[in-house]
Amino acid sequence: MESIPIEHGLILAGILFALGLVGVLTRRNIVFVLMSLEIMINASGLAFIVAASRWEHADGQIMFLMILTLAAAEVAVGLGLIIQMYRRYHTVDINVLSQMKG
Amino acid sequence: MILLFYIAGAVAVISTVAVILQTNIVHALIYLILSLLAVAVCFYVLGAPFAAVLEAIVYAGAIMVLFLFVIMMLNMGQHSIDQERSWMGPKVWIVPSILASVLLAQLLTVITQYDHELALTTVDVMEVSALLFGPYVLAVELASLLLLAGLVAAYHLAKK
Amino acid sequence: MQDLIWLLPTYPLLGFLSLVLTSGNLPKKVVGAIGAGSIGLSFLTAAVIAYQFLGSGETHLVVEMWTWMAVGNFTPGFSFYLDGLAVVMMLIITGVGFLIHLYSAGFMLDDPSYSRFFAYMNLFVASMLVLVLADNLLLLYLGWEGVGLCSYLLIGFWYEKPENGYAARKAFITTRVGDTSMAIGLFLLFAELGTLNIQEMLHAAETQWAVGSGLAVAASLLLLGGAVGKSAQLPLQTWLPDAMAGPTPISALIHAATMVTAGVYLVARTHVLFELAPNVQLLLAWIGLITLLMAGFTAMTQHDIKRILAYSTISQIGYMFLGLGVGAWSASVFHLMTHAFFKALLFLAAGTVIHSLHHEHSIFKMGGKRKQLPIAFASFMIGSLALAAFPFTSGYFSKDEILIAALEMEGPGMILWLGGVLGAFLTGIYSFRLVFVVFFGESKGHHEEKEVAGLSMATPLIILMVFALFGGWIQIPVDAVFSHGEVHEEHHISNLMHAIMIVVPLLGIGVSYLFFMSKTFSVEKLMANPLATRLHGFWFSGWGMDALYSFLFVRPFVFLAQVNKNDLIDAVYALLVEITRVAHVMIARTQTGQLRWYALSIGGGVVLLITLGVVL
Repeated sequence: MESIPIEHGLILAGILFALGLVGVLTRRNIVFVLMSLEIMINASGLAFIVAASRWEHADGQIMFLMILTLAAAEVAVGLGLIIQMYRRYHTVDINVLSQMKG
Repeated sequence: MILLFYIAGAVAVISTVAVILQTNIVHALIYLILSLLAVAVCFYVLGAPFAAVLEAIVYAGAIMVLFLFVIMMLNMGQHSIDQERSWMGPKVWIVPSILASVLLAQLLTVITQYDHELALTTVDVMEVSALLFGPYVLAVELASLLLLAGLVAAYHLAKK
Repeated sequence: MQDLIWLLPTYPLLGFLSLVLTSGNLPKKVVGAIGAGSIGLSFLTAAVIAYQFLGSGETHLVVEMWTWMAVGNFTPGFSFYLDGLAVVMMLIITGVGFLIHLYSAGFMLDDPSYSRFFAYMNLFVASMLVLVLADNLLLLYLGWEGVGLCSYLLIGFWYEKPENGYAARKAFITTRVGDTSMAIGLFLLFAELGTLNIQEMLHAAETQWAVGSGLAVAASLLLLGGAVGKSAQLPLQTWLPDAMAGPTPISALIHAATMVTAGVYLVARTHVLFELAPNVQLLLAWIGLITLLMAGFTAMTQHDIKRILAYSTISQIGYMFLGLGVGAWSASVFHLMTHAFFKALLFLAAGTVIHSLHHEHSIFKMGGKRKQLPIAFASFMIGSLALAAFPFTSGYFSKDEILIAALEMEGPGMILWLGGVLGAFLTGIYSFRLVFVVFFGESKGHHEEKEVAGLSMATPLIILMVFALFGGWIQIPVDAVFSHGEVHEEHHISNLMHAIMIVVPLLGIGVSYLFFMSKTFSVEKLMANPLATRLHGFWFSGWGMDALYSFLFVRPFVFLAQVNKNDLIDAVYALLVEITRVAHVMIARTQTGQLRWYALSIGGGVVLLITLGVVL
C-alpha cells in the first residue's frame, strides 16, 4: 500500500511552526502576531494528527480537538484584547505597549 | 493520495510564507485561510477526516470570520498597508530568521532519526466520538469550561 | 502528711499571685499580712510535716502530684521528695524566711513599692521550696532558676538607681555562668543515666560508674559549677558583695539564709556523685578553703557594714564547701542551718542600724551606738559571737565539726584544717572589728537618732538571737540521708587540737580588741607601712577579682562587641542582599516591555534547551 514516511508529516509541521515563529517575531501589527500564533498552534495540531496516523489510533485526534478548542478560546480573548487596545491607544503597534518595563 | 499530501503541504507552506510577508491584512487573512484548508487536506490524507472537517469549519470558518470582523472594526485602510511596509525593513528579518532556521534545523535533526511509514488508515468519526465521550469525557468538560471562560473574558474585554 | 506537702510552695505562690494581681492597690496592712502570713502558714505546715515525718520513722517519702510533661520515656513528674535533708532545708527556709518577712513588714513600711517587695519575696520562698523539695533534677532546676530570677528582681529592687540595676545584672549574669554549667551537667546525667529522678540517678551512677571514672568527674564538675555560682564561691563569688544593693531584709533572705545555700544543698543532695569523683570532692574542699580565706581577708578591710557581712557570708559558705569537700556532709548542712540563724540575725540587725541612722552604711561614721541601739547591739553581739564560733554558741558546734572532719581526712587534711583555723582567726577579727567600731568607742554623728524597731522588727531579732545562741544543740535528722557515705567513728582528736580550735577565734577577737577597742595597736601606724597599704587596697578590692574579670572577660567582650559593631555575620547576609539587588537591576534591563523581545527570548530559550537536549 502506498504510504508517506512519518518524517515528512512532521517536517511539514516543523516548517509551519518555524514560519509562525518568524511571523510572531517580525510583525509589529498585533493582528498579524495573533495570526502567526494561530499558524504555530495549527502546526502543533498537525503534529498530533501525524502521531495519530502513526499509531492508527484516535487519541491524537482528541488532542487536536483540545488544541482547536484552546485556539478558539485564545482567539476570542486575544481579539477582545486587540479591540480594547485599539480603543485606548488608537494603534495596533505592539511596541507602543511597552510601559511595563523594568 | 500521496501526491495530494505533498501538493497540499506545498500550498500550506507557500501560503503561510505569504501570510507573514503580506502587508495587506485582508490578503494575509485569505492566505491564512488557504493555508488552513491545505492543512485540512493533509489531515484527510493522513486518515483523520473528522479533524479535517473541523479544521475547515472551526479554524478556516469560524475563527477566521472572527478575525475578519475585528479587522473590519479596526477599519484598516491604505494607511495601514503603508505602515506595515514601513515596519518591515530587511533588518527586522535577520534575527527571527536565524532563530527560526536554527529551531527548524534542530527539529529536522530530531525528526529524521525516526523512520516509520504511515499506514494512512482512516480513523473515522465513530471511533473518535466513542473515545471522546468515553475515557476523555473529563477533557470535554474541561474544554467546555475553557470555552465558557473565553466567552466571558472576550465579552468583558471587548465591552466599551 | 502527703496531703500537706503541696501546700508548702502553694502558700507563698498564692501570696505572690494575689500581690501581683492587685498590683499595689491593697492597703499596706493587708499586704504585710498576706506577705508574711503566707510564709507563716508555710512554716506551720512545714512544722506539722516535719513532726509527722520524724515521728513516722521513715527515711524518705515521695509525693507524686502530677506528671509535668511526657516525651517518650522522659516523664519528669511534679513530685516532691522528703527526707531528713529536705526537712531541715524546708524548716530553715520557711522558719528563717518567716522571721525575715515579719521583720520586713516593719522595715519596708515606708517604701512605696511595699506590695512589689512582698510579691518578689513570696515568689522567692516558693522557688526555694520547690528547689529543696524537688524529686527530680528538672524540677530542682525550675526552683533554681526561679531563685535566680527573684534574686535579680530583689537586688535591683530600687531600680531607679542605675548602680542597683548594674548589681542585679552582675548577680544574674555571674550566676548564669554557673547555671549553664549545671544545665550541661543535667544533660550529661540524663544522656548517660537516662533519668533525672535524683534518687534513681544516684543509684544508677553508683552501680554504673566506677570511682574516679571520667563521666563521674565530668558530671560532678559541672554540677559543682552550678553550686559555685549560686553559692558565690571562687571563682564566681564577685556578685555577692555587689548584691547588697537591695534592701537589707533581702540581703538577709537571699544572701545569707537561703539562696546562697542552694549550692551547698545541691552538692549535699547529689553527694553520691561527688563520692564517685574524689578529685572533684577534694577540689570542692580547696575551693571552700581558698574562698573562705580570701573573703576573710577582704572582710577585714571593708567599711560598709553590709559588705563586711557579705564577705563573711562568702567566707562561711566557704566553710560549708570545705565541709562538703572533706565528706562531712551533715556537718556542712548543720553549719548551713546555724549560719542561717546568725547571719539572718546579723543582717536584720544591720538593717536596723542602717535604718535608724538614716541609711548610713560606713561603720567609721558610727561608733558608740550601744546605748542608742540596744536591740541591734544585742543582736550584733550574739550574732558575731556565733559567727566567730565563740564556744557553745551555735556557730561553734558546726564549725567545730567541719574542722574536725578536715583534720581527720587523710592527705591534705592538716593543711585544710590549718587554713580553716586561720579563717576562724580572721572571722574573730572582722566580726568584732564591726562590733567594736559601731557600738563602742566614741559616738560620731547621728547623736539624736533613736532605734527604729517596732514589734514586728524586734520579735524576729529576739527569736533569731535565741537560735543563734542555742541553735547548736539542735540535732539535725540527716543521718539517714548521708548514712552510706559517712564514716561514723569516734573522733580521735587530741585535746590540744580542741583547745586550738577554741582559742584561735578568741585570739582573733582579742586582736580586734587591741586594735579597735583599747587602741593598743594603731591601725594608722600599721597603714603607714607601704606594704600594708597596698595589701589593704588589694584586699579591699576583693583580691582584685573584679578588676581581673573586668580585664579577662568584660573588656575583651566589650572590645569584641565594638569590633563587631557592624556585625560581621550580618555582612554576609547584607552581601547576599546586595548581590540580589545588583542582579535585579541587571535583569530588569532585559525587561523592555517589548512583546517581540520577550517572544524572541522565549524562542531563544527553547532553541537553547533543545540544543542542550540534543547535545547531551
